[in-house]
Amino acid sequence: MLYFARWKVWAILATSILVCAFTVPNFFPEQVVKGWPAWAQRRLVLGLDLQGGSQILLEVDLNDVRKQRLDSLRDDVRRTLRDNRIPLITPAIVRNGSVEVRLREGGDFQGALAKLRDLSQPLGGVLQGNGQRTLEVTDAGGGLIRLTPTEAAANERVRQTIEQSIPIIERRINELGLVEPTIQRQGADRILVQVPGLGDPSRLIDLLGQTAKLEFRMVDNSVSPQEALQGRAPPDSEVLYETQGGQQVPILIYKQALVEGGDLTDAQAGFDQRTSEPIVSFRFNTSGARKFATATQENVGRPFAIVLDNKVISAPVIREPILGGSGQISGNFTVESANNLAILLRAGALPAKLTPIEQRVVGPGLGEDSIRAGVHASIAGAILVVVFMLATYGLFGLFANIAVAVNVGMIIGILSFLSATLTLPGIAGIVLTVGIAVDSNVLIYERIREEVRNGRTPITAIDAGFTRALATILDSNITTFIAAAVLFFIGTGPVRGFAVTLGIGILTTLFTAFTLTRLIVATWVRMLRPQTVPI
Amino acid sequence: MHLLRIVPDNTRFDFIRFRRISFPISAVLTIFAITLYFTHGLNFGIDFSGGTLIQVQNKTGPIDIAQMRTTVGGLGLGEVQLQEYGSPDTVLIRVAQQPGGEQAQQQVTVKVRAALGDAVVYQREEVVGPRVSGEFLHKGIVGIILAIGAILLYLWFRFEWQFALGAMIANVHDIVLTLGFMSITQIDFDLTSIAALLTILGYSLNDTVVIYDRIREMLRRYKKMPMTELLNVSINSTLSRSVITHVTVSLALLALLLFGGQAIHSFTATMMFGVVLVGTYTSVFIASPILIYLGVGTGRQYVPDTPEEKETAAAAPPPAARRSAPVAARVRR
Repeated sequence: MLYFARWKVWAILATSILVCAFTVPNFFPEQVVKGWPAWAQRRLVLGLDLQGGSQILLEVDLNDVRKQRLDSLRDDVRRTLRDNRIPLITPAIVRNGSVEVRLREGGDFQGALAKLRDLSQPLGGVLQGNGQRTLEVTDAGGGLIRLTPTEAAANERVRQTIEQSIPIIERRINELGLVEPTIQRQGADRILVQVPGLGDPSRLIDLLGQTAKLEFRMVDNSVSPQEALQGRAPPDSEVLYETQGGQQVPILIYKQALVEGGDLTDAQAGFDQRTSEPIVSFRFNTSGARKFATATQENVGRPFAIVLDNKVISAPVIREPILGGSGQISGNFTVESANNLAILLRAGALPAKLTPIEQRVVGPGLGEDSIRAGVHASIAGAILVVVFMLATYGLFGLFANIAVAVNVGMIIGILSFLSATLTLPGIAGIVLTVGIAVDSNVLIYERIREEVRNGRTPITAIDAGFTRALATILDSNITTFIAAAVLFFIGTGPVRGFAVTLGIGILTTLFTAFTLTRLIVATWVRMLRPQTVPI
Repeated sequence: MHLLRIVPDNTRFDFIRFRRISFPISAVLTIFAITLYFTHGLNFGIDFSGGTLIQVQNKTGPIDIAQMRTTVGGLGLGEVQLQEYGSPDTVLIRVAQQPGGEQAQQQVTVKVRAALGDAVVYQREEVVGPRVSGEFLHKGIVGIILAIGAILLYLWFRFEWQFALGAMIANVHDIVLTLGFMSITQIDFDLTSIAALLTILGYSLNDTVVIYDRIREMLRRYKKMPMTELLNVSINSTLSRSVITHVTVSLALLALLLFGGQAIHSFTATMMFGVVLVGTYTSVFIASPILIYLGVGTGRQYVPDTPEEKETAAAAPPPAARRSAPVAARVRR
């Protein structure tokens, strides 16, 4: 136990120094570190509870995603049937999570079925054939065809929704002037947004909560809104509401969108030249400009509606064709709401509704307090333990302290290398690890003392102490490690930070107990050839 | 150099005999803790019950809590709790979960900020919606059960089943008593509390394993030693190490308690109770004697430790003659 081959000595020392070296980048300011090579730049990331900032967990509204999918499927089915002039009894409608359409008898049922089957695509693109498709098209008897999106396709759609949402969220955050947000997917249908330094996220949450789907649609004057509400709405129109003077006024609007927000190239908040009220001016891209021109040319004198997230913002009458592809939206805006809308339009519409389900904000003052508290506690804990060990074990206590110091250095080194997040419970984990790490050394030393009491010579006692104790050290640390592992999997945020430091701490403790303490004691024995064991 | 010796060498306390007192005490305390849970309840934080938490600090001196309570209470947000947090100028405002799903929760911070305005600094805000709080609770319970299961399996693998079961009983007892402590003190029970419980579990087992390791070694070495004596010797020989380690962990926790700040106070206090008080006690007074009742070491000569038992033992033949092989031989490496 006390014999160390030369190469092992170097290996142990080298590993210890190397891992501890990773703590170095943390001590230099950000600017200096940027100039170093990439592998040397890894540093600790401070958690939000130490840095101050906001964290918002958003959940994708799955119903919204599903509804959009079914609506667009229904439109596809109608278009397919119409293009192929297939006669119907009832046009395609959405019912119970599927699109259903009943064909007239005597027509080419199989042909129609085949055409509709073409709407289903293989999942994973045309080149990958993993056998799954996006739709299930079934013959439900009596001329009824049912098209249902598959489970796999639905999951894929959610994943895509999240991926599309992330850059849009990032743009919206950047528009607010906030830097370095972290936006990542969490679980199957959630997005975690972390913005360091943001003390009041209410405006951000407002912006993220809106889908910002902008559409220009024509008003349907064939039937009055009241009649439509009573159930006589034409199939191609729906009733939406406009807020006029505090009241919700119903307006009947065609479902089809002539131009959409996706065709905008720019949107800016401003003031109307004549009335000085806040407005949002916009500009379309070429294709949008063309659609807008055609729509306004064909509908001079008729009202059209500007619809945002299924609410009517305003419904002006088209006085003349707008060929230039730009215009302005006015109607009940405050300066801030006009600004918000401009931001939303510039950043783009979210593919689905996002709902905030959890939110944590830490003010910067509190963050600094926490860091200070953490540092004080660490220093105090270290001093107490060091003094106690010296008092109890004298010289060997010094050896143990050195081993524990290297231990802590390695923990921080590994955390830096992994760019792990350090939270306040994480710091508590490190302090606790100091207490536990000492235990390994205590086990060894007490065993040595016992062997001496039983009559062994110093060197055999030391040797036996290490041998007997190491198995126990392994067993006892593994149980704490299991607890840390479980905690890691079920925890989030600060709790996870604690699990990480505790877990890493146990691994480094095992390493230092098995190697470093042994090495130091062995070297001391070899150099001094002691007659007695000084503990 | 004269070194600090907290525990003298060669102690000979009869810990095992003490089991006649410790087992009943533990049973009573456990029942008491369980009763507390149902009557007094735990102070569930917003992590588990959902709702909003806002920590505010007054810019100019101590806060008039009563007035703030009226202000916030009048916002129509339902149940509102205010308490001083660490110092007289800091107050923790807790608002219960609002009806109306996820969206409704956002309104709380907006309204409170509007009501309190610029007079205070908003140090911390946490909003936990209904969906997430349900998940946390679920995860917390699952986590603890999973940890207990995993550790049980590990111990079964390394020791005999009696040891695994003994350790498990002792440590579940630890958790129950700690929950009782949290119930009495009404300490915030949130995610960090789960972290504390799991750490207590892991660390307390750490301790138990050390004693079990020694017991196993003794069982192998001294095949004829009676169980009570064997257990006592095991505990006495590891006593020094146990005490010293508990002192160092306590010192570390003490530093955290005194300097770590209010934010982790509930976490540290729970750990202190669990690790120092309960963990020490159960490893020595529960986990070890329980092995006798679980049947470890049957076949060894039974040395009675009270006069009445001496008489009954003298009257009946020793059980050793009837067993086929001592348990010691079956103890795994």
